[in-house]
Amino acid sequence: MAENKKVLVIGGGFSGLTAAVETAEAGAEVVIVERKPFLGGRVTQLNKYFPKLCPPNCGLEINFKRIKNNGDISFHTLAEVDKVSGQEGNYDVTIKLKPRFVNDKCVGCNACAEACPVEMPNEFNFGLNNTKAAYITHNQAFPFLYAIDEKHCKGASCGKCAEACKYNAIDLSMKAETLTLNVSSIILATGWDSYDVSKLDILGGGRIKNVITNMQMERLASPNGPTAGKILRPSDGKEVKSIAFVQCAGSRDENHLPYCSYICCMASLKQVTYLRDIYPDSKATVFYIDIRTPGTRYEQFYTKIKEDPNVTLTKGKVAKITEDSATGDVIVVAEDIFAGKKVEAKFDMVVLAAGMVPSTKGLPVPADISYTADGFVIPSKLKKGIYAVGTAKSPVDVSRSVQDATGVAIKSIQSARRVK
Amino acid sequence: MEKKFGVYICTGCNIGESVNIEKLKKNTAGGGGVPADVIKEHPVLCSPEGLDIIKNDIAAGTNTIIIGACSPRVKYEEFDFPGTIIERVNLREFVAWSLEPNTESTQSAAEDYMKMGIIKTKKGELPAPNILEDLSKKLLVIGGGITGLTAALEAANAGYEVVLVEKEAELGGWAAKLYKEVPREYPFEKLDEPLVFSKINEAESNPNIKVFKSAIIEKTDGQPGLFDVTINTKGTSETIKVGAIIMAAGWKPYDATKLGHLGYGKPNVITSIQMEEMAKKGKIIRPSDGKEAKKVAFIQCAGSRDPNHLPYCSSFCCATSLKQAKYVREKNTDAIAMIFYKDIRTPGQAEIFYKNMQNDPGVMLTKADVTGISDGGSGNLYVEAENALLGDKIKVEADLVVLAVGVVPATRAPQEYLDGLTEAGKKGDDAKNAYVTETPKPEFILNLTYKQGPEIPSLEGYYGFADSNFICFQYETRRTGIYTAGCVRQPMNMSEAQMDAAGAALKAIQSVEHVAKGMAVHPRAWDTTFPDPMMIKCTSCKRCTEECPFGAIDEDAKGTPFYRLNRCRRCGTCMGACPERIVSFKDFSVDIIGSMIKGIEVTEDEFRIVVLACENDAYPALDSAAIKRIKLNANVRIIPVRCLGSTNLVWVTDAFSKGIDGMILLGCKYGENYQCHFVKGSELANYRFSKVKETLDKLQLESDRCSLMQVSISEYDKLPEMINDFVTRVEEIGPNPFKEF
Repeated sequence: MAENKKVLVIGGGFSGLTAAVETAEAGAEVVIVERKPFLGGRVTQLNKYFPKLCPPNCGLEINFKRIKNNGDISFHTLAEVDKVSGQEGNYDVTIKLKPRFVNDKCVGCNACAEACPVEMPNEFNFGLNNTKAAYITHNQAFPFLYAIDEKHCKGASCGKCAEACKYNAIDLSMKAETLTLNVSSIILATGWDSYDVSKLDILGGGRIKNVITNMQMERLASPNGPTAGKILRPSDGKEVKSIAFVQCAGSRDENHLPYCSYICCMASLKQVTYLRDIYPDSKATVFYIDIRTPGTRYEQFYTKIKEDPNVTLTKGKVAKITEDSATGDVIVVAEDIFAGKKVEAKFDMVVLAAGMVPSTKGLPVPADISYTADGFVIPSKLKKGIYAVGTAKSPVDVSRSVQDATGVAIKSIQSARRVK
Repeated sequence: MEKKFGVYICTGCNIGESVNIEKLKKNTAGGGGVPADVIKEHPVLCSPEGLDIIKNDIAAGTNTIIIGACSPRVKYEEFDFPGTIIERVNLREFVAWSLEPNTESTQSAAEDYMKMGIIKTKKGELPAPNILEDLSKKLLVIGGGITGLTAALEAANAGYEVVLVEKEAELGGWAAKLYKEVPREYPFEKLDEPLVFSKINEAESNPNIKVFKSAIIEKTDGQPGLFDVTINTKGTSETIKVGAIIMAAGWKPYDATKLGHLGYGKPNVITSIQMEEMAKKGKIIRPSDGKEAKKVAFIQCAGSRDPNHLPYCSSFCCATSLKQAKYVREKNTDAIAMIFYKDIRTPGQAEIFYKNMQNDPGVMLTKADVTGISDGGSGNLYVEAENALLGDKIKVEADLVVLAVGVVPATRAPQEYLDGLTEAGKKGDDAKNAYVTETPKPEFILNLTYKQGPEIPSLEGYYGFADSNFICFQYETRRTGIYTAGCVRQPMNMSEAQMDAAGAALKAIQSVEHVAKGMAVHPRAWDTTFPDPMMIKCTSCKRCTEECPFGAIDEDAKGTPFYRLNRCRRCGTCMGACPERIVSFKDFSVDIIGSMIKGIEVTEDEFRIVVLACENDAYPALDSAAIKRIKLNANVRIIPVRCLGSTNLVWVTDAFSKGIDGMILLGCKYGENYQCHFVKGSELANYRFSKVKETLDKLQLESDRCSLMQVSISEYDKLPEMINDFVTRVEEIGPNPFKEF
């Protein structure tokens, strides 16, 4: 058999991108398939990384540049794996390519979005605002090509976008296609979703307007988000001056997610700074079970936040969250373990530190893969030549995902070598 | 190569509606000095028809291409013509999408940008890699613990020869001292047998791995692909050539003798390390009388999370103590284990192991601040604690106390010594000599012969860990080709250390593969250009050797700088530092940028502001502002640079003597948590700028005409306003008095 050094990376989030560029820069050919119309995954939705408080788009830009400058990396967006067969050195993978309805001629001028009459909930902003059915998620999206949402688009009968496009970039007759690839190894970088907070009824998840998730908070704080970075509460657009963070919203709970979601403590502490930086008179309370800030810099960050007199950290579980219907304010009832009593307090807004659910929980990869009861891939049970990285295996932060994704690149090089 | 020019202007994407194309073509030819007939336009240059124009010209001999269209960040596949010199002039984002259409100022901007593009290609050349000879692809791994062993095996299994150097007489490190490991896999119920022994066997029998035991690195000389490493084995030295290095020198437990306040020194107070030894031997006993321990107390954060000891969290001690609680329970079902913690930190799926342990009624966990350990008679102890869930002040009896001691990286002692040396050096030679005589020298790890020092430079506030400063790029070090892994980098558990080892091994492989092709490594991993100094003009001022963020420039016996090319990352900091302006890259030089600045048309009645923009963050931010159609002052001319560290002060002189009214350096945030991918580009530029300001003041040229702005890529919404405000301030100062009118 001819030497097959091609590596398939399933998932174009930060883990997948890292695995891909690191593998390619070590000399192998890589194909990335991404379910969404854009690369970058979860981190594109974040305002800043903890603990450096630097923007994720900075590292993404460099990784996109590495892709642009490397002929050994190709990618497919709106691509889903349909079938995997074979073994190390010779995996046949069938991939379904969903139509984007926009071709490579797109110049990113926004005329289609202006012309499009259809508004739909903005998934990128977790429904905090609407977007057109012809859209791009943000100004630094990659590839910089608009996409048309299949579900919401009215199709050729409307065709206003195609009329508006001067560059023949819109093709509403585009059909799904199938692609087959023969690869030596496969890297699963399928990522994660937020836990569905509507299952957290006592916390008002999905029910109380001013109870949002931590990922929604990222969008509210992002300059490219629905409020252009001002933290305004959903019910009335009021500036948020008092906020509560409810840790372990779903996580560390046998009825929901039995594991710890790793990132939520640092994420909430980081989000405290979002608010405190914009509104100097604001106050934040964090309700937690344990503050988990392992290692050097996380602990350092936590120590710094603790010093802020406007931040209160309360050890105790939140028992109930209700809405003051007159004002839209949110009332939190929690136990304060150290004070040994129940506390009740009113906030402008509450952020649920929603846990991490592996994407494979709802959407397993159509290959012979063993998962934990929670949907995480069990690495030791993977077939030779199939590897899992980042949050596909266990809840981790971006740093650990990068370490893991860099390390997995060497495994894919080994796979190629074994079948030489 | 004789250059044959082709200039292509796209009139799509509002460019044609913003500027007079005929006039642009005419003035591009005149100003740029190219024949009018090589300038062509197309309504959609990126379309197959538009691209055909370029391709046909290339077939007919055109080899130097200037494309006036959109940003180089887009349509990169379409406008890729290998073997030609290409310059993308950003008419769309920087003109059509940011400036008022059809004004004279906008027209001038477009003309200046085109002209600068032509100047750049005229001065620039096609890169050709400089591949050094006799390169080695062999890898050196320092440290034979779990991290080093894993790195060695991963690299060997990927087909690379490895030299593994271990300081101790046996491989295995701390991992070989463990009785059992924390459960590695779902459902996280059973403790795992140590994995390290099979790795030791594998490494010792792998034909690709040569193991040195009882050995240290005496000297590391050279550069990626060409490191000469002298290994000293029990007094005998041997020099081996390697291509890249993985440094996994590991950690030491925090010195428990400093934990007297937690009872260390009392016979029945032991460390978590001693607990492993004891469990490995068999029974969990009290050292004082050899009786089986029935009530074992574990004190978490013994040293860690304590500003007087280790201010950080050592990351794995919570899981370790839970594991050791299981030892206690498994070895003696009558015994109980009590864990006193600040927070239980079992992130991720380790939580499931924690839950399993909580289900054991013989394991008690309580949050508490342990204040002391007192004697309870007959060898028994009292754990005294405050702020406990069980009450304000508690006293719990135990017959054995285990201190969960923290992690101290092997890099800490050498770095502290070297930091002290630097501090002493600042006070003069006497102080430095005194420091050297008086301070005991710790064991160094790499012993680099680099001008910038013998070890990997420490990052401020990282407590001696040799970590990357970047979240996105975990293997960034300031010593190209040397990658750190495991607990020298961050406190981490064994699974993480193995993952980390694989990552570092991959980076080492990339490094040797890239230098074999004459290419840079991250972040310019595609770059085949290199600094090519005209050494005859070098005055040995040594600014380059001091300022290079990667220590790529050493000095010979006479003190003349010389490049260790494979250490270079191509940021151009040396080019910016050099007062003689002798450093050039094929497509990036002091002359190229200086000539572009001088190419800007200066008029009597309009202001001109030059913006030197970092191409990694500031440039995309400017693009993004344009995509949002945020208006920019049309008197601004943006010139991308590799890094602000490449800013040579002569550009400021060039600009002001030419009649430019103001200058902005647009770069990344610096200081703690810096974002510059070349470490301190904007900081160095700012330093140099402060010097030029003094000169400007002396010339009675207001120094306010220069400004350095730190922006992040996500601040694009504010960026045009920042620039426009600066233009207004310059307008208030008035025109540059040196304008030649």
